Parts: sequence; C-alpha cells; structure tokens
Amino acid sequence: MHIVIIGNGISGISAARFIRKMSDHQVTVISSESEHFFSRTALMYVYMGHMRFEDIKPYEDFFWKKNRIDLLKDHVNAIQFDQKTLNLAKGGSFQYDKLIIATGSASNKFGWPGQDLEKVYGLYSLQDLEAMEKFSPGLQRAVIVGGGLIGIEMAEMFHTRHIPVTLLVREQSYWSNVLPAEESAMISRHIIEHGFDLQLGTELKEIHDDGNGNANAVTTSKGDKIDCGYVGLTAGVHPNVTFLKNSALEINRGIVVNEYLETNQKDVYAIGDCAEISAPQKGRRPVEAIWYTGRMMGETVAYNICNKKVKYNPGIWFNSAKFLDIEYQVYGEVPAKAPEYLSSLYWEHVDGKKSIRINYHKDTNEILGFNLMGIRYRHEVCEKWLSKKTKIETVLQNLSIANFDPEFYKEYEKEIIEIYNKQTGKNLSLKKKRGLSAVLEFLKK
Amino acid sequence: MNFIQKIGLALFVVAIGIFTLSLGLDSYKLTSESLQTKTTYHKEAITIAAKNIGLWETEFGNNFEFIGQLKTAIQSANENQAATIATSGLPNGVGEWDFKIYETDVKEYILNTTKASSNGLVSNNKGIFWWLTIGLGLIGGLLYILPKFNLIPGIKNDHIYHQPLTRGLKVNLRSTFLIATIIGVLLYGISYMNMNFVWPAITAGVIGLIIYLVLFQNGEKENDATRSASPNITGWLGVVSGIYLIVFYILLYWKAEYITSWIAIADPVSEKLSGYPASKWFLYGMLYTVIVLVMGVRMIAKYRHNQYQIIRTCSVMFFQTCFAFILPEIMIKFNQPYFDFKNIWPLNYTFFFDYNIKELMANGNFGIFMLVWGIALALVGVPIFTYFFGKRWYCSWVCGCGGLAETMGDPFRQLSDKSLRAWKYERFIIHGVLAFAVIMTIMVLYTYFTGSSQVLFMNTYGVRQWYGFLIGSAFAGVVGTGFYPLMGNRTWCRFGCPLAAYLGLVQKFKSRFRITVNGSQCISCGNCSTYCEMGIDVRHYAQRGQDVVRSSCVGCGVCAAVCPRGVLRLENASADVHTRTEELKTIHISEGEVTLLS
Repeated sequence: MHIVIIGNGISGISAARFIRKMSDHQVTVISSESEHFFSRTALMYVYMGHMRFEDIKPYEDFFWKKNRIDLLKDHVNAIQFDQKTLNLAKGGSFQYDKLIIATGSASNKFGWPGQDLEKVYGLYSLQDLEAMEKFSPGLQRAVIVGGGLIGIEMAEMFHTRHIPVTLLVREQSYWSNVLPAEESAMISRHIIEHGFDLQLGTELKEIHDDGNGNANAVTTSKGDKIDCGYVGLTAGVHPNVTFLKNSALEINRGIVVNEYLETNQKDVYAIGDCAEISAPQKGRRPVEAIWYTGRMMGETVAYNICNKKVKYNPGIWFNSAKFLDIEYQVYGEVPAKAPEYLSSLYWEHVDGKKSIRINYHKDTNEILGFNLMGIRYRHEVCEKWLSKKTKIETVLQNLSIANFDPEFYKEYEKEIIEIYNKQTGKNLSLKKKRGLSAVLEFLKK
Repeated sequence: MNFIQKIGLALFVVAIGIFTLSLGLDSYKLTSESLQTKTTYHKEAITIAAKNIGLWETEFGNNFEFIGQLKTAIQSANENQAATIATSGLPNGVGEWDFKIYETDVKEYILNTTKASSNGLVSNNKGIFWWLTIGLGLIGGLLYILPKFNLIPGIKNDHIYHQPLTRGLKVNLRSTFLIATIIGVLLYGISYMNMNFVWPAITAGVIGLIIYLVLFQNGEKENDATRSASPNITGWLGVVSGIYLIVFYILLYWKAEYITSWIAIADPVSEKLSGYPASKWFLYGMLYTVIVLVMGVRMIAKYRHNQYQIIRTCSVMFFQTCFAFILPEIMIKFNQPYFDFKNIWPLNYTFFFDYNIKELMANGNFGIFMLVWGIALALVGVPIFTYFFGKRWYCSWVCGCGGLAETMGDPFRQLSDKSLRAWKYERFIIHGVLAFAVIMTIMVLYTYFTGSSQVLFMNTYGVRQWYGFLIGSAFAGVVGTGFYPLMGNRTWCRFGCPLAAYLGLVQKFKSRFRITVNGSQCISCGNCSTYCEMGIDVRHYAQRGQDVVRSSCVGCGVCAAVCPRGVLRLENASADVHTRTEELKTIHISEGEVTLLS
C-alpha cells in the first residue's frame, strides 16, 4: 500500500514515522516548502543567529532514506479524489492508496488594503523567514500587526538586529483574549521593558504602496501613519486549504474530520493545523493550530491507517511558549475571562516576571488548571492532578512535586499556600519536598 | 556594544598585541652568569664550545639565532666531552651523567639559559609588562564584560552563528585542520621519541583502525554528517584564534625556549607566591587562572538569571584559583611537593610515576597523606560522588579543564559535532585513551615495584613518554584547547579525557543522575542539542519524552537553561533511572491494546 502525505511539518512527519514503526507500507511525503522536516517553532532562532537551519532539523538527512520514507519536493496543485491522484506543480501526477493531508496553516489576512504588497509577510513558513532575512538589511522600522505568540517572536527577531519595531495590538493588553488579565499585563510590561513601541487598542487600517509594489508605511485605526520597510502580519493563522476549495472534500474552516481523522472522502485523512474536528471534546476547539496536537494527530492517524482503530483524543490541554525572556506553560483550563464557577489562586513575584495561577472549582474544590509564567511545572504531575480531579488543598500541600525549575532556584510554593490560607482562613503547609523521587512515587500510585 | 565595551575590546586587542610582540623585544647574550647548567663540567665544556663559535658574550637581537647557536654549542660541547672520555676516560670520581650532557638536560639548559641571557625592555620591566599584557587584557576583558550586567536577564545567544569568532568552520576546513594536526603530531612525535618510529606507527595504525571501524564497520560512510560543524561561511576570526591557541600550546609544551619573555613576565607573581622565579608551568597556570576568572565573570553575567549556572561557575573559579593555582605554589614555598588536590588519576597521569611516588613518600606524613588522598579519590571518591550526583560533580564543578571549557570555552559550545558519526568516533577514541592510560599506569607501576623496565617488547619509560606526549600534551593541550574555536570547547573532555571516560562509565551504569524530560512539552527546536558542548543530541531524547542518561553528559545544565519551553531538568534520584529512560512519554497511544495513555 502506498501512503502519501502532503506536508512535512510535525503532523505529517509524525504520521510517517509512526506508520513506519508499525508497518512496511510505502510512504511518500510531499512538500514544496523544504526538502526536510524542520521545527517550525524554531525558525526565529535561525534569524537571530542562535542556530543554523541545519540545527532546527530534528533528524539528520540520512534518517529518511534509512527509514524508507520517500521525500518529494513538489507542490500539490489539486487532488482527484475519485481517481486517487494528485496533480503536481512540476508536472505529472501521483497515485495514492491512502492520503493524509497535513498542509498546516497560512497567516491571516483580514482584507486590509495593501495586504498583498511585497515586504508584507506573516511568520509561518521557511519562505517567510527568507523574506525577513532578505529585507532586513537597511530596514529602518518594522510594523507588526497582531498580539499573539508569533507577533512577539517577530518583534524579538527584528530587535536582535536593532531594527525598531512597532506592535499594533487590537486588545487593550497583550494577548488578553487568551491570557488572564494579570499575565497579560506582565507580558505587556515586559514588551515595553525591551523597548518595543507597543500600541495597544490599535488596529491596522491600511498598508501603503511606495509606488513600486512595496509596502512603505501603514495607517492605524488611530489615524497615525507609520513609515516602515516591512509589515509583519501575525494576527493568527487559518487552515491552509485554499487549493482544496471547490473539490469534493468537505471543508468548513478546515478540512472536516471525524474522531478517526477521516474526511468525507474514502481513504483520505486530514491532520494538524488544517484539520477541523467535527465534534471536539468538551473545552476543546475544532481547529487547534499547535505543535502538540499536530503530533498527537499524526500518531493517531498512523494507527488508524495501520488498521488499529483509535479515536483522536488530545487529553488534557497543555501548551507552552516563551515571550522574550518569560517562559509560559499552561495545563488544563485557564480561560482569559473566568467563568462564574472558577476560583483562581494567583501569586506574582515582586519582580513582576514570575507568576503561578491555580484554578479550581468554587463548589467542588476540584483542580481545573495551572498557568505558569517564568516558572516551570511538571507536565505529568499537573496532568495527573487534573485528570483525577484532585482537590485544591491536596494539590497545594503537594505542590512542590510539580516544580520543575532547575536546581538551586528559589521555590515559591509556600507563598501560594499562604495566599490560600489568607483567603480561606485555613492553615495548610507543604507536605512534600521538590525532587524526582517524590514525583515518581506519586506518578506510580 | 556600548562605548565602554568598545574601549574594553580595544584594550584587550592592544594587550594581545603587546603580549605577542613582547617575544621579540629582548636581546640575548650568553655570559658566565647566564649559562645555566647542573655541573661545572657541563659549564666548562659549553663555555669553550660557545667561545669557539663566537656565541660567548655576543649580543643577539633575536632568540631564533641565539637558540640556534646555543644548540650548536651544546652539541659540540657534548662531542668534545665524548672525545675526552674516549681518549682519557672520565675524570676521577665523576659519573658519566655529570660529564656527558644528556637529552633531558639539553632541553632544560636551553630554556633556562635563554631566559637568563635575555636582556632588554621586557626582562628589565617585568612588572610593567605584566600590566601591559595580562593586566591590560584583564581590565579590557572586564570592561567588555561588566556592562552585560545591565542587560535584561535571559538567554543571550543572539548572533552566535553570525559572528566570525563563534560560527565555526566549514566541515572540509575543519577536517583539514584535524588531519594536519594528526600528521603534524605524529611526525613531530618521531623526533620527540628520538627517531623511534614504533610508537607513532602504532598510533597511526590505531587511528586508521578507528576510522575504518566507524566509516565501514558502522556504515557511517553512507551517513553524511549534516549536523556537524558546517556553517555556510567559515568564521575567519575563529580560525585565527584557533591557530593562535595551537601555536601557543606548541611553544609552551615543546619549544618553551622561544617564550622566555612570557615566562619572565610571570616572575614577579611567582616570586611573591612561592619565592621562586616562574617556570613555564607557572606562566601557564597564571594565564589559565586569570582567564577562568575573567571569563567566569562573563559566564555569570550571561546566566545571571540562572542560579545553577552562577553557583557552578563560582565553583570552577574557586577550584582553579585555590586548588590548582595558589595552594600548590604555597606548598612549594613551605618546601612541600607540588600537589593539586583535585587533580585525579587518570587525568593526572603522572600520579603513579616513580618520581611522584618517591617525592610524596619522602615528605613524611603529609606526603603519605597526599598519596593516600590521590588513590582514594580515584578509587573511592569518583564512584561514590558519581553515584550520587553524576559526573558533573567533577567535570563541570571542580575540574580545571572543565573550568576552562565552561568559562573561556562557553562562546564555542555550539561548535561540538552532533552527528551520529561523531558519537561513534567518540566512543572508540575516549575509551581507547582510557585503556591506554590504564595499561601505561600498570606498566609504570610494574617497573616501580620490580625495577624491570621491559614488558614484552615495550619499554615502560617509552610508553609513559609517548603517553605524556600524545595524550598529555598533544591531545589535552594542542587539540583540547587549541581547537575551542574549531570543534567546540569540550573536544578533549568528549574525545580524550580518560577520567571523563571512567566517570562516564559509572554515570552510565550506576548513578542517580539523569536529565528528566518534562512530559510532552518539547517542540524539537534544537536549542538543547545545539548548545550541548558534549555533542549529545539532547533533542533526540526530549522529543521522545525519554530521560537522558548518557556517559558523556557533564551536567553543565545549559540544555535546560536554553530550552524555551522548560522541558529539561538535571535531577538525582535513586528511583528507577533505567526504566525512565525506556519510556516514551510523548507517545499517547499504547501499541499493544491500542488505548490512549493518559
């Protein structure tokens, strides 16, 4: 059986690897973006000179031949689902027995005038990175539109080359549609500390043409005109499925898939950013454009293709990121606006760069979520507490075993308990010490 | 870079310039006072020979000519002595050793005499030149480094792969350097071993065997090493610094007579500490310590948000300054043997040499204590500490080589080769060196206890001389440090150090230490692998959710520091270290029953 995968990002490559682990099927991965799989989340480090492009490839180049995963650098223009055929840009067509679509995302454009000019790019693909590199020399200012994870990465990138950056953020505080108010304020402060021109409550109105098809300025919703030689569009992403519109494939925002990641076409699956789960689990979104879900979908689809039926289940939500110097980890339910049933225990360090938030149910006292800024917590420990619906007081008394900061770092779990004690009049204290032995004991139970 | 940093950098460059030029500023004149010999017979003979060739009391503007003449004089003096013995025999009551000038004496005479014969700007102004070279470099370095404390704390790796000093070499050029160095060392080795081809030939054979095993037996010929040290443009400043360091080590180890001006610059400090003028080893120790201290401050500035890095860096600065540099000098001042309490066999390969054992035994209870201390550290201390903390307790907290690698070497840590091929070379080479060290030491002890210096076809003095040359000097020094800007800062520790191999075996098979991976949080970005100075592909483990237990890991903690997602943690625990390394925690479906893992 010949399995063809469109897209060599984390989803497509995870699928290919797990299919190879479980079977001897012929596997071909097609991508027009790059010859080999690379870590998309690490593109910024190449620009900043932390790593070479070679370094963000998780496998050495010989890995693919050794594991009999065929790589084809070409672009799929169209798919004939009835004939199980792909039309390729370099000419010719390609047959498949089973097809996995893992085409990822594309940067959002909301119909701004000038959005298709040259020197206007998102930050998603290798080509976006190449554009940033190409237009950086001599650049006097860059304007970045959008207050999410990618915008701040792009700002940090330009900052390393001493290129002034203006960030246009629609919300009144950075990423406040995802982060709770305190964390969002922390990141806003940190961005300003780094010297970026952060314009909150400001939207893009228009991108101006210099007469040669290049962007040279933007006008904001406040009426300001900002001269710039580069415009970064980082207001989120959407499934990269334009080439499949008007085909037999069912597409809503993304390619609609059931719990087995099957599309409405026989032997065609969709995974990763481009897939839209028709009936997502409670608390999960239909399209989740993150690394981890892409990897889990790749694994799940491999099982299904190799006739070991298993439903896609991403488990308890987790994510992580880094905003300039502040690391961020989240486990479970941490909404920007707390619903009525949710109690939140929040501690922030006096330096304003570290915080711990623990959410629990007001009535049942069951733990709901963890949000960490500048502090590392253990995934497995938090996950177990969340899945077992552990009571907040049990969690607090054992909180040290969740701490994953390096050795000799100051621990702040006591201070959180003090806040809880103050709020409730209780007298709880830490029962366990940080360290792996206690963790393993807990995880084995 | 701000104004103060620019001044600092300029001062540093000036200091390096003066340091280099200072080798050519003195003139040299052989006189009765400056001729340094052990016996009057030697002195008389060399004096006569020197007068014959016009060397005596003639001033030379450069040391090349002077040393050339001096060598000629000593050689001709030796020929005269041999002729005298042949015609009239040894004088009454005089041993051949006192009369004939042997090879070991020749090296010492040339070095000491050249130093004593120098006269001029540097020799007459040692203190001033100390300040113009080492002092100025130190001040310049600090001016460059201290403003970094004003930056916002966080990971500071911007532009490492853009800068000509730190971006590394194209792989072809790197290979050229390696091959040239190996050939150079083997050829010079023949002359070092007095035209004895046996050891260089055996070494060449072993090198060939390892290359064959890796490329052909292990199939690595097919696997192009893409993740080696190959940027698209070679960093020229890295190449220049690499060559400077390599030349420095060659001069220091084998041609110290050409750097007597540098040794003279170290005299005032040495006299203050031990009461004696500086030897070349004092010069080296002083430079080493100054560099570890200044670059240690840099390391602390760079990682000042990271408590583990700060404490660890303070530790290596402390052990280098006190244990390796000041304490041994003070012991000499009190007429005790030179002893570095933290230097452990087999890294300290001379520990079991007869002269060391004899010297320690001759120094009463304190000497015996040092002997027992050294043996106990190697045989008991190493396994126990490594069991509890991993090999990091030594390699990145105590060791001098590690100390230099973690301070001066930090800007080059990304240049370690992460390819699978490099790892295969590493296993053969480092364990080969360990085997060589053990065999050499057994042979040396055999000679010590039996008095017989012949084992099979091998002369134990020859074996230990070759080990000292090949491993102790060429590998640990010339390649170990000279290759910092070419192959990364732990080239010696990773490929050559026999103690690291020994610690690594304990760490691999019996230790509580591992690097824990935090569930499924890895995004395969590669920062951990890139900044692993030991060339471990940390990401390989992290993206599988597999705890890292590797014999080579020195526990520097930088992988955990540079991880943008908080995925790695250095930990010690007695519980199930080996089952944890098998589990793949990022996999969320179990294959057997096809159920979801949670």
